[in-house]
Amino acid sequence: MIETQDAARRVQLDATTTQRPNNQDNVVLQVRDLRVHYSTPSGDVIAVNGITFDVYQGELIGLVGESGCGKTTAAMALLRLVQPPGRILDGQVVINGTDLLSLNEQELRQVRWRELALIPQGAMNSLNPVMRIKNQIADGIETHEGKQPPAALKERILKLLTMVGLPGRVYNMYPHELSGGMKQRVCIAMAIALNPSLIIADEPTSALDVIVQRIVAQTLLDVKKRLGVSMILIGHDMGLLAQLVDRIAVMYAGNIVEIAPVKEIFAEPLHPYTQLLIASIPSVKERKPLVITGGLTHDLRNPPPGCIFQLRCPYVMDICRQVTPPLRELRPNHYVACHLYEQE
Amino acid sequence: MATITAEQSDLEKKGIDLNRWDSPWLNPKFVIGAFMILLVVLIEIIGPVFWDVSMANTASAPLNLPPVWAEVTPGFGFGQPDLAHPLGTESNGRDMLALLIAATPRSLRVGLIAAGIGMTVGIILGFTAGFLGGWVDNLIRILSDAFITIPALAVLIVISAFVRQITIENMALLLALFAWPGPTRLIRAQVLSMREHGYVRMARLSGASSLDIMFKEMMPNLLPYLAASFTGNVSINILAATSLEALGLGPTRVPTLGMTIFYAIRAAAILRGMWWWWGFPILMLTVIFVGLFLMTVGLDEIANPRLRGAQAQ
Amino acid sequence: MSQPLLEIRDATKVYGGGFFQSSHQVVALQNFNLTIPAKPAKLTTIAGESGSGKTTLANAVLGFIGLTSGQILFQGHDIAGLDRQQVLAYRRQVQAVFQDPYAVYNPFYRVKHIFDLVIRNFKLAQKKQEARDMIEEALQVVGMRGEEVLEKYPHQLSGGQRQRMMVARAYLLKPSLIVADEPCSMVDASLRAMLLDIMMRLRDEYNISFLYITHDLSTAYQVGDEIYLLYQGAVAETGDTVKVIENPKHPYVQALIDSVPVPDPTQKWGTDIVLPDEEELRIQVDSGCRFYPRCPYRMDRCLVKQPPLYHIDGADHRAACYLYDDRPYDGDLSAP
Repeated sequence: MIETQDAARRVQLDATTTQRPNNQDNVVLQVRDLRVHYSTPSGDVIAVNGITFDVYQGELIGLVGESGCGKTTAAMALLRLVQPPGRILDGQVVINGTDLLSLNEQELRQVRWRELALIPQGAMNSLNPVMRIKNQIADGIETHEGKQPPAALKERILKLLTMVGLPGRVYNMYPHELSGGMKQRVCIAMAIALNPSLIIADEPTSALDVIVQRIVAQTLLDVKKRLGVSMILIGHDMGLLAQLVDRIAVMYAGNIVEIAPVKEIFAEPLHPYTQLLIASIPSVKERKPLVITGGLTHDLRNPPPGCIFQLRCPYVMDICRQVTPPLRELRPNHYVACHLYEQE
Repeated sequence: MATITAEQSDLEKKGIDLNRWDSPWLNPKFVIGAFMILLVVLIEIIGPVFWDVSMANTASAPLNLPPVWAEVTPGFGFGQPDLAHPLGTESNGRDMLALLIAATPRSLRVGLIAAGIGMTVGIILGFTAGFLGGWVDNLIRILSDAFITIPALAVLIVISAFVRQITIENMALLLALFAWPGPTRLIRAQVLSMREHGYVRMARLSGASSLDIMFKEMMPNLLPYLAASFTGNVSINILAATSLEALGLGPTRVPTLGMTIFYAIRAAAILRGMWWWWGFPILMLTVIFVGLFLMTVGLDEIANPRLRGAQAQ
Repeated sequence: MSQPLLEIRDATKVYGGGFFQSSHQVVALQNFNLTIPAKPAKLTTIAGESGSGKTTLANAVLGFIGLTSGQILFQGHDIAGLDRQQVLAYRRQVQAVFQDPYAVYNPFYRVKHIFDLVIRNFKLAQKKQEARDMIEEALQVVGMRGEEVLEKYPHQLSGGQRQRMMVARAYLLKPSLIVADEPCSMVDASLRAMLLDIMMRLRDEYNISFLYITHDLSTAYQVGDEIYLLYQGAVAETGDTVKVIENPKHPYVQALIDSVPVPDPTQKWGTDIVLPDEEELRIQVDSGCRFYPRCPYRMDRCLVKQPPLYHIDGADHRAACYLYDDRPYDGDLSAP
């Protein structure tokens, strides 16, 4: 922890506050059996194989998995942004009572950004290089809410910038004058501009330096706390997620294999894949022998029958090769899809 | 270790042929275009077998015969359509069908030679400029840019007016004078961007010489671009050649489509309603141009991201 | 005492500048010193964030760029101004593994092309069978089998496989030094451990030293023997990896290590973070310590001259910060 003697801005955060209500009244997003396939000449690639999860109000849920596991596809599917050759086959995505998958284009545009916002991968590189920051944020607001009186709009944008910890002079700057972390925070500001109920952030810190990553991460936490907005954070850095999120959902090859509160999942990972993931994280706190694991083992066009993890699981049994284990709530708020626990 | 084996044999077991050279080259536009050009080439080979090509010379047939199916307009002094000359004849006594068989491949050949020379020069200069950089690059770039701004047709007209004996070959050489800047710029641009590629660095680290890198590492990846540029160039050169010929600046000893048009214009074929004289050459030129165009577009599609490693996971 | 394997003396690289553009100068590397002994094989980590100069350093060691001043000596010989034969001999001893496992393969050829190039240019084998055996052995070291992968095209292999093949290729030459420029950053977390394990085995069993360049302190902590932490072209702290990371002394390194997310939800980041005013506008100071604009402990003297590397714990742990100016430092003539 670093103390400062100057009048540098301090952001007081309480990173341990997490309200995780369990009752159904506080569910912001309900995803049921979402399926996304990609058509290829040699058959459909099953990118998302029927995932089911809830996001409660005010919580930050992390979606973690290796590359190719389908997490970005799932995020895109929630907003119906899947492009051909991908298509959403089935499922329900209910936000504040409305099933997004049943809306038409017009209605969907109302919901997008107002209820549900997205910070896509590489967002900071997608800022328009010839527009000032103020115009880009104003654009986003006015597209959804119509023309705004200039003075009120300016104040609103300045407030947004303050909320993400950016100095006021960013208002007039161009993207190339900002560093990576600042650009990413502008993207966060754009996402919260319309006060959505849920923000999906896809790898928001992946291209950033370590210290900047921390600042952006803490900005996300700050925003969550002040606005009470829920978030889905997609990433592959378990260390970062350990610091940020309330719950973690682990994805493997298009399936969710475990969902649990973050402390529980690190203290006692139940699914063999989660165990493998956690064991292979290097840390700066202790030096231990490296655990070697493999990569994706099967062709996504033709998953093996039964459990999706069977080819890599150290505990595989006969039943795993025949029956797909359902995602079951083993302990309060702790879901696992594994036959090891099916006997209970 | 076992898990990695599983991945490989899984894919092989399903007999999925992952050789990617199969599908992209079967681009429909490319295939149709290539087919059309092939027809033209076949005309040269097969045509003389079935038809007497010597009838393309002057005074080898009755004058001014319309094609067999045409209605004879009275008062123009045309003869009666004759099956011996199915596409008609023109004022100099040439049989149109023989003319087409003799002339069409020649027009294609002019373009091929000119574009071939242009591409070769372009490859040499383009690679040199892109790879070496510095003042060599600047020099080549200035030269090629200057040449592009010169109005080629005007200069060619002037030069041809001074050349004694124009043949297909020296016409092609003349055209090549202006055919090299385009490919040079294209290749230079590609080389500049490829120079920074990871595999070029890797090749250098593996001890490859500059020539090795240029021709063994970069060139193969440039082939589709080069092919597209080549077919485009052939088109342009045929057009330039035909333009010169239509002005009367083409070879007189051998039949070409452009010269035929020239004779037709000179003999007022349009006014006289002898549409078969200038119509058929234009038709053949269209076939050539459309064929080349389809090939170019098809090759463009083949060259673009589909092949460029975008199939990585 | 035998000659060090690699010695970098006062290496400086400045981009831009020249007489007419001094305001656009970028000092990528400044007075950088490093020594890797010939024996035993060591894994030296160069750690830093973007703009720290680590990529410049890698390129300089590999001979892709020249230095503005200073020397790089390999086994006593300066690597500047070598002719083609000498460069080839140098490349035989110093190889590399790069960050992007996709870009380093020529998409036109099957993957065995990378091995063929090496064998042909360095004349490693006379007959085809000999070459095949060498390749097979190299692949075995990284845990792959030739018959499964050699005939494939790059896009048919996974990122992890491609990266491992690159290591096999580097190993093929039995070099003395491999420069690994962020080899793990584009590879899945689950495969990182495998790559690092291969590197450590190459060091222990085949005596190949590594120059491991990374921004990921966690992996550096797990595998490195010695570490150099760069900040904007200058060394901030250096020494034995465990000592430096467990007990950082330079304010930048302290902030850095503090910011690495610990994969343990019970050990959260501290609740106070500081946002220095000019934090991210990439200020380049013309003289003095480069960390001055962001340093919570800055003093006036920090602006005057770049601090030397003070010995925190003998030569085993050194930091470039005036906070420790009561200790001896490198080049200190008054030290006993």
